[in-house]
Amino acid sequence: MTAETATAPKHSPRDYKSDIKPVWCPGCGDYSVLGSITKAFSELNLDPENVAVISGIGCSSRIPAYTDCYGFHGVHGRSLPLATGLKVARPDMTVLVASGDGDGFSIGGNHFMHACRRNVDLTYVVMDNRVYGMTKGQASPTTEPDWDNALTPGGSGISPFRPLVIALAAGANFIARGFSGDQNGTARLLKEAIEHPGFSFVQILSPCVTFRPDQKEWKDEVHDAAVDPTDDLGRAARRLMTDDGFNTGVLYRGQREAYQPPIGEASASVSDLEGKFAL
Amino acid sequence: MTQPSGKTKSLSLVLAGSGGSGVITAGNMLLAAAAKAGWYGLMTRSAGPQIRGGEAAALLRLSSEPVSAQPDRYDLIIALDWQNVQRFSDEMPIDAETVIIGDVSAAKNTPEFVTEGPAQRGDIDFKTMSKAIKGGRPNMIALGTIAALIGLPDDALDAALVASLSKRGEEAIAASRAGVEAGRAIAAEMPATPSLPAPEGEKTGRWLISGNEAAGLGAIRGGVRFVAAYPITPATEILEWMSPALTKIGGVLVQAEDELASINMAIGGSYGGVPALTATSGPGLALMTEAIGLAVASEVPVVIVDVMRGGPSTGIPTKSEQSDLNMALYALPGDAPHIVVAPNSISDCIFTTQWSVHLAEALQTPAIVLSDQALGQAKSVIAAPADIAFFAQRETAVTPAEGEVYQRYADTGSGVSPMAVPGTPGCTYTADGLEHNPRGTPSGAATDHNIQLDKRQRKLDSYDYGQHWAEQEGEGDTVVLTWGSCTGPVREALEHLAGTDHKTRMISLRLLMPAPKEQLIKALEGAKRLIVVEQTHSGQFMGYLRTNIDLPRDVEHYCIPGPLPIRPGDIEALVKEGTPS
Repeated sequence: MTAETATAPKHSPRDYKSDIKPVWCPGCGDYSVLGSITKAFSELNLDPENVAVISGIGCSSRIPAYTDCYGFHGVHGRSLPLATGLKVARPDMTVLVASGDGDGFSIGGNHFMHACRRNVDLTYVVMDNRVYGMTKGQASPTTEPDWDNALTPGGSGISPFRPLVIALAAGANFIARGFSGDQNGTARLLKEAIEHPGFSFVQILSPCVTFRPDQKEWKDEVHDAAVDPTDDLGRAARRLMTDDGFNTGVLYRGQREAYQPPIGEASASVSDLEGKFAL
Repeated sequence: MTQPSGKTKSLSLVLAGSGGSGVITAGNMLLAAAAKAGWYGLMTRSAGPQIRGGEAAALLRLSSEPVSAQPDRYDLIIALDWQNVQRFSDEMPIDAETVIIGDVSAAKNTPEFVTEGPAQRGDIDFKTMSKAIKGGRPNMIALGTIAALIGLPDDALDAALVASLSKRGEEAIAASRAGVEAGRAIAAEMPATPSLPAPEGEKTGRWLISGNEAAGLGAIRGGVRFVAAYPITPATEILEWMSPALTKIGGVLVQAEDELASINMAIGGSYGGVPALTATSGPGLALMTEAIGLAVASEVPVVIVDVMRGGPSTGIPTKSEQSDLNMALYALPGDAPHIVVAPNSISDCIFTTQWSVHLAEALQTPAIVLSDQALGQAKSVIAAPADIAFFAQRETAVTPAEGEVYQRYADTGSGVSPMAVPGTPGCTYTADGLEHNPRGTPSGAATDHNIQLDKRQRKLDSYDYGQHWAEQEGEGDTVVLTWGSCTGPVREALEHLAGTDHKTRMISLRLLMPAPKEQLIKALEGAKRLIVVEQTHSGQFMGYLRTNIDLPRDVEHYCIPGPLPIRPGDIEALVKEGTPS
């Protein structure tokens, strides 16, 4: 037996995949993201029963059922609080949160900000395709202002939201961007995000071939960020404020301690509490 | 000094002033002192919406017997100032025997109900008096005056004062003692008030507790170890009591960014296997309804305590009403069977919340506990509650045998299917708000929808709720049917009516959903007269009853909105004369 086989993962990516057929369109970037997630789990050699994948509503939020881990497909926009409750109550679980640009940045925008600030040890994966796919093509917070659609004809006229900048300002402890077309590269980012303590945010550009066929061009636009993953907020802010949105890699790696109040350590009994009320 | 008037051996008083003047602090000391010295008591709080500069009142009723309701009238009203006291006049019934003490000599600002009303007046300028004492506060002078007038022993009051101020140091204690002394000295110049009846029985075995603390304790007794919540009046005290308490017993409380987050965090914690709770009031419950529906569909136990206040919208945050009933019963999307229970006294806040944890866990469903401001923010001396066996007992899944597949939403006979705790090998599943098949796979098929709808309804309908579905007291063929905080005044009225020709019994529903139809129909057998009592404007409870059972054509309905409390005398007059007093 060589040293290599001795340390080989006991779980292959396949072990984290369920037998449920995804609802996604052929060619959707999310298939590849699912592959990156299961590859990252496998490389970390996590037991599937010790992993939970939590989501809200939307195309990308369908991912929990396609994994063979514990999962929760909750209501629209609330994946982060759902995952926060689970992780605080069960710090022994590895918790990955899957979301999209509508679910995560619009209806769930407030939770995004507070999850960054709270810094619970979660990995937040947002598959960003700059469109509401499940409701058939409306503008999301990351959509270009002139993108024509039936709900806001001629475009929304509103500047897109810059999620990585917000994440940095709100206190996220790890910020990265990946591209679904690079399954192995994205898997490496996710592995690092899961390993990093505190709240890790990974935006994955994941084209919607049905409502945004123009996004097929993304494969030519993405490029590796030729930078080191700084822990300097000022440098990171400048980097994120000036990037073109297609810079991929780890862009910020902070040093904040994760929020994890102690649970399960009792110093008193229920009757001790009751004693305070006795006359 | 004369014996207290009124129908029971109790003495009732109000300590009122502008917000921040310390009337609640003084009221708490008074209640604690009386409790230590052997009396029973109830202190209800009434306040305006402002944190400072509004109005506040501590409404106390002290007695040799347990107190279950606000009184029909007040013996004594003490006002530290007149700024906004007029706003409370509706909440303080007075008569010619009532004594009102305050700065009645001041030409301006003395409200009409004092200058023109029937009550006797005593003149003390608390503010000016306090200036003569170093660090003196008007509320402490008033405390001394009240203690002297009603005959509260010195040592009991001093012990309560020291206990309350110990953290603030010797100087604060000395200043307060001087204030109390000055207040006592001037009491002799005031019109006589009734004094406290002699205390009866042993004070050991009694507790001093608020409804909100009681709900928190009930939750912890039931096994809750995870709480996520957002502050809201009048529920915040549940959270402020639970936060350090949970830390001590190995649990945790997370402050969420809003109620959308708090309910979802609670569901997440419970999904992880830790019994979970959130507490809120009407506006917060409104925000939570979507996620409560998620807990129904995904079959995750969770307890939501709603301490009701006046509505709609922001309404009257600091005062009580029962008007969230419809929302608790009907606000969830779809056919969403869940548990709704209501405590009927401060003491019962312990039992009912504990029971709700047990029900939520046993039935894997959300349970809403409808408390209200009148219970939650009131403090009372109660008999120490018995230990009850209700504890969170969730049916959990174990790793299936080789070749078998775990089905999270299996269609079992009871409707309850074993729930896997994350970490259990071989039981991985995705909890889902989407309709699903028994394995949990999303499905929009009619068959799967029907199976799961039936399953979720059946587990609630086939459960044995025992005798706890209602509190039934008294005997007679007149029945008063009520719920929640209206139970207290009905209970006291029943005591007064027991020795008369108007023998009356009470049914107070504790279980509201699933509606205990059969139990209620049986309990109403033999009733010649039925009176429904509730504190709403639109008659939500009556509508609920009519939805679930046939009521007699001549059912009587006593229905008033908050914030005015229903008083025992109202119920007594209603039974005797057909109209409230």
